[in-house]
Amino acid sequence: MLADLSDRQWLWGAAGFYAVGVLLGSVSLLRGGRTSGAAIYGAILAGYLLQFIGLGLRGHATGGCPLGNRFEIFQFTAWSAITLYLVVGVTFRSSVLGFFTSGLGAALTVMSLAIPSWDAIRRTHIFGGNPWIELHAALAMFSYGVFGLLALTSGLFLLRHFSLKSKRVGGWFSFLPSILDLDHIELRLLGAGVGILTAALAFGSVYWSRDTATVGDFKLAATVAVWLAYCCALGLRIAGRLLARRFAWTCLALFAAALLSLQAVDESRHPGAAPAPARASP
Amino acid sequence: MSEHCLFVIGASHHQAPLEVRERLAVVSEEALRADLASVPGLRELAILNTCNRVEFYGVGADAEAAAFVQAAYCARQRFSADEFERIRFRLAGREAALHLFEVASGLDSQLLGENEIFGQVKEAYAAAQAFGSAGAVLNRVFQKAFQAAKHVRTHTGISAGRVSVANVAVELASNIFGSLADARVLVLGTGEIGEGTARAFRSRGAADLAVAGRRVERAAEVASGLGAATVPFGERDSRLAEFDIVVCSTAAPGAVLGRSAIAAAMKRRPARPLLLIDMAVPRDVEASAADLQNVFLYNLDDLAGIAEKNRNAREAEVARCREMLAQRADGLWRQVLPHLSAAGARPAAAGGDPAGQAASP
Repeated sequence: MLADLSDRQWLWGAAGFYAVGVLLGSVSLLRGGRTSGAAIYGAILAGYLLQFIGLGLRGHATGGCPLGNRFEIFQFTAWSAITLYLVVGVTFRSSVLGFFTSGLGAALTVMSLAIPSWDAIRRTHIFGGNPWIELHAALAMFSYGVFGLLALTSGLFLLRHFSLKSKRVGGWFSFLPSILDLDHIELRLLGAGVGILTAALAFGSVYWSRDTATVGDFKLAATVAVWLAYCCALGLRIAGRLLARRFAWTCLALFAAALLSLQAVDESRHPGAAPAPARASP
Repeated sequence: MSEHCLFVIGASHHQAPLEVRERLAVVSEEALRADLASVPGLRELAILNTCNRVEFYGVGADAEAAAFVQAAYCARQRFSADEFERIRFRLAGREAALHLFEVASGLDSQLLGENEIFGQVKEAYAAAQAFGSAGAVLNRVFQKAFQAAKHVRTHTGISAGRVSVANVAVELASNIFGSLADARVLVLGTGEIGEGTARAFRSRGAADLAVAGRRVERAAEVASGLGAATVPFGERDSRLAEFDIVVCSTAAPGAVLGRSAIAAAMKRRPARPLLLIDMAVPRDVEASAADLQNVFLYNLDDLAGIAEKNRNAREAEVARCREMLAQRADGLWRQVLPHLSAAGARPAAAGGDPAGQAASP
C-alpha cells in the first residue's frame, strides 16, 4: 500500500509531521511550559524521512535532483534547512529553535503543496546528465536552506532582543536562547551558507564559462546579487560594522530576497522553451 | 488494617516562627534515632530536618506510633510537649504522602517553588536508607515523591523565573551571555545589595569579578570577601569596556556612569553586549544609556517588577500543581495500601518490614 503512494502524498505526510511539530510547540508554549525538545525533534525527524522518500521518488522520476520547478525548489530548500537542523540543531540546546524550524518546514512545504500551479510543469533531466551542474544546483539550494535557518535564528535574536529591551523576560520569552549564543549561531550559519553558496557558484561558473548562453542574464544577476549581498553581510559582521539587531534584520531581509530570486532562477532556467506537460506522479 | 500506618508529624515555618524553629532543629540525627529505636510498633522512619521544617515520616503498626515519635522527639530536644502540640501538624495515609509530594515540589516552601528542598528531601531519604529505616512503604512513597516533584517542576511554571532581585539580575545576565563563566563583572559601590548580587553572580559561575568603590579600604574588603580584584573608582569610565556586566549600588547623589562614557566603551567592544544593573537610589546610570545599541539597562524597579511577576506566576500555578500531585498521590496510595495492610496484619512487636527489608529506626 505504501508503495502506491505518490511523491506528493509522501510530501503531504512530511508537511503533516512538520505541522505536528508546530502544534506540539504551540500547545506547550500556550500552556506556559517548556516545549518538549525530544517530541518536536521526533516530529521533525519523521517529517524529514517522509520528505526524503517523497523527494527521492520525485528525483527518480525527473532523472536528477528535483529542482525543476518552484514546488521542487521550495521542497528542497525546506529539506536542506531541516537537514542542517537535524545535524547541528541538537547542539543549539534550544527546543524553541526546533519549534521554529518545524514552522519553517511546514510553511515551505504546505505552501508549495497548496499551490498546484507551482507543480503543474514538471521538467525532467534538467541538468542534461551533467553531474557538476547538478551539484551546483544542489549546493545552491542547500545554501538557501542554511540561510533559511539563519533567518529563523535571526528571528529568535530579534525576539530575545525585544524581550530584554522592553523588560519582558518572563513567560514565553524565558525559553529563548541567550543573545550572545544566538549571535554566535548566526555568524556560524552565515559563514557556512556563504561558503556553500560560493562553492555552488564556483561549480556553476565552470559550466557557465564554457557556454555563457546557457544561463539567462536575469538568473545570473539574481544569483550573483544574492551571493554578493550575503558576502557583504558577512564582511560587515566580521568587521564589526553590522551588529546585533541590524545584523538580524539584514539576515531576514536577505532571505526574503533570496526566496524572491528563486523566481528568476525558475523562470530563466529554460528561456523560451515550451514547458513539458505535467506527468502523473510516480 | 487501616491506612493510618503511614504518618507524618512535624512542624514547619507555617506554624513555627524562626525562634521556635531554632529550638526544633535536630542537632544529632543519630542520637535521636537511637531514642526512636525504642518506639513500639515503628517500622519505618525518615527524618526531614531543614531550617524551615522538622518532619518525621513513619510507618507504624498502629496509629499510636506517631504519638510515641512525638514524645521521644520532644524529650530528646527538651522541647515542651504542650508547646509542640500547639504548633505541630499530623497527617496520615494518603494525606501524608500528598504532603511529602508538595514539600518535595516546593509547594510548601517559604519561597514558593524553590529547588533546594528537593535536594534536602533526597538527603533525608538517603539517610533513612543508610540507617536501614526505609522499608517497602517509605521507599515507594519517597521515590514517587521525587517523580512527582520532577513532573510538576517540568510541566508547570512553579519553579519558573527568579523571585529575588539578585537572582533576577543573574538570570538577566544569563539571558544575554548564556554561560557566565566568561563574563566579566564590575561591582560599582560597596553596599550590601551590590555585594549580595555579586555573590549571586559568583554562585552562578561568574569567575572574573572586580570591585570599585570610593572608599578604597572598604572596596578592598568587599573584593577580598568575594575573591575579586579591585578597580580604582576614578578609572571606572576608562575601564568600562573591559566588563560585560556592571552592578551599580553606590550612594552617590547623581549618576556615576554617563551615557557618553558608556557609548565610548561600546565603541571599543561593539559586538559584545553590556548589561548594566543599576540598584542605586538615586540611580547611578544615566537612563538614556538604555537607548544605546547592545546596551541593556535595568534599574531596581525593573528588577523588583520582574521578581514580583515571577512570584505571581508561581502563585498562579499552585492550584494546577496541587491537582497533579493529588492525582499522583491517589495512584500511589492504591499501590501502597496492600503493603500497609500486610504490615498491619503483623503484631507490632514482631517488627521487621513486610517486604522483608530491615527497618529499624
